[in-house]
Amino acid sequence: MAVKVMIPTPLRAYAGKQESVDISATTVGEALRGLTDQYADLKKHLYSDDGRLRSFVNVYVNDEDIRYAQKDQTPVRDGDTVSIVPSIAGGRKN
Amino acid sequence: MSGHVLKLRSDLAAKIQAHGMQTYPHECCGAILGREADGSREVLALLPLANRRDDSPRNRFEVTPGDVQLAEKMAREKKVELIGWYHSHPDAPAKPSEFDREHAWPWYSYVIVSVRAGQPREMNSWRLQDDRAGYDSEAIESPPRPASI
Repeated sequence: MAVKVMIPTPLRAYAGKQESVDISATTVGEALRGLTDQYADLKKHLYSDDGRLRSFVNVYVNDEDIRYAQKDQTPVRDGDTVSIVPSIAGGRKN
Repeated sequence: MSGHVLKLRSDLAAKIQAHGMQTYPHECCGAILGREADGSREVLALLPLANRRDDSPRNRFEVTPGDVQLAEKMAREKKVELIGWYHSHPDAPAKPSEFDREHAWPWYSYVIVSVRAGQPREMNSWRLQDDRAGYDSEAIESPPRPASI
């Protein structure tokens, strides 16, 4: 048993072209580490150089935003779905 | 050049330009829905969205994760894909900024329209490189036959 991590379309090329990956984990942090250990090329698109989740990358357990739960310590149970959803941000130079 | 091509009908390009004029001097933004087959990517519909950066809308835009999920849902309903995003650069070139690069993912087409003094100028499309070091230019072509969903 494991949690299902849904891979957003733009990142599937770095995860064996899969829509989702099953990972054994007890927290969101473990699930994402398991995912990026398995698919190392994903890491730079999810995490910045200082090892923090990029500011525009949002993670949900089922429908709950982990920022409003226990962040990467948010517990996950077998059968949970972890979703990675970007905010789209940008803009011209100052 | 990367060899990437984005087919964008002139009426849809005009819609992006009109959105940039409408929100000037603020940035506009929206989702791009379309299809990709055999390495060719075609825009079939646009979803104009609200710029959620109320604090700095002249030089920043943001689409919330809720709006991203809305655009994904619309793409699923229309049986197409969410292939990218557009935004305007008021009084600035249609080139990605460093801020754009830090907030981008590969694969998506990022269309930028320059709007100067309220009038649309050049429009370019970009794809983030795999190593996040920079962007590849994506040529915008107007398809000969109308396609829509």
